[in-house]
Amino acid sequence: MLHAQDALFRCLADPTRRALFERLCREGEQTVAALTARAGVSQPAVSKHLAQLKSAGLVRDRHAGRQTHYSAQPAALAPLIDWSREMTDFWERKFDVLEDLLKRMDQ
Amino acid sequence: MTDQAETLTVTVERDFPHPPEKVWRALTQPHLIAEWLMPNDFSAEVGHQFQLKGDWGGTLDCEVLEVDPYETLSYRWDFPNENPDFDLRSIVTFTLTPTASGTNLRMEQAGFRPDQPRAFGGAKYGWQQNFDKLEAVLAKAG
Repeated sequence: MLHAQDALFRCLADPTRRALFERLCREGEQTVAALTARAGVSQPAVSKHLAQLKSAGLVRDRHAGRQTHYSAQPAALAPLIDWSREMTDFWERKFDVLEDLLKRMDQ
Repeated sequence: MTDQAETLTVTVERDFPHPPEKVWRALTQPHLIAEWLMPNDFSAEVGHQFQLKGDWGGTLDCEVLEVDPYETLSYRWDFPNENPDFDLRSIVTFTLTPTASGTNLRMEQAGFRPDQPRAFGGAKYGWQQNFDKLEAVLAKAG
């Protein structure tokens, strides 16, 4: 339950990665070169951050000629945004078990 | 950013056809807690520190905060992590209310993260604010 969140938190905890991801969400697909122009870090650094975002499932890459285009995969964020829903589901399931237990305690 | 925005609260409520005394036993006796919640070394004494062992392999650090027999049980429910951004701290409170047919059990978990995570480069940004930002971005992204 907490592992998926941990991986996403870890990935987005870095401000440069978070900025890259937010830009892709806001502005749509972009090349590494375009992202580097405004990232304030070198192209290899941007590529490294993009690779980490990709392994977390947060971005997707597309090769076209010599360029690699990146786009955001915002659906990957669901585990973070759904923390409350996840915890609610967790407790509902536990209450189901508690209900069974209370029945058994009668016997 | 307000304190309100920093806190995430989850509430689950259910009516059980059993008296509060019985529900209370299921909430406070370690072998019964183990049956419905998690393996533990719980004891119903304020200040008692215990652990809940999750089936995902993690361990929750807990401390009893309030024991009001048959009415209220509250404990700290922490999932510690050396990285402050992942460090979950929360408080779980069970409230038992007698009903005509048994007991209404209400569980409220109020969770929050430290308000100044280092990784966000200063005191201005907390996780909730980032959630808000990301959610706004996502809403726009459709």
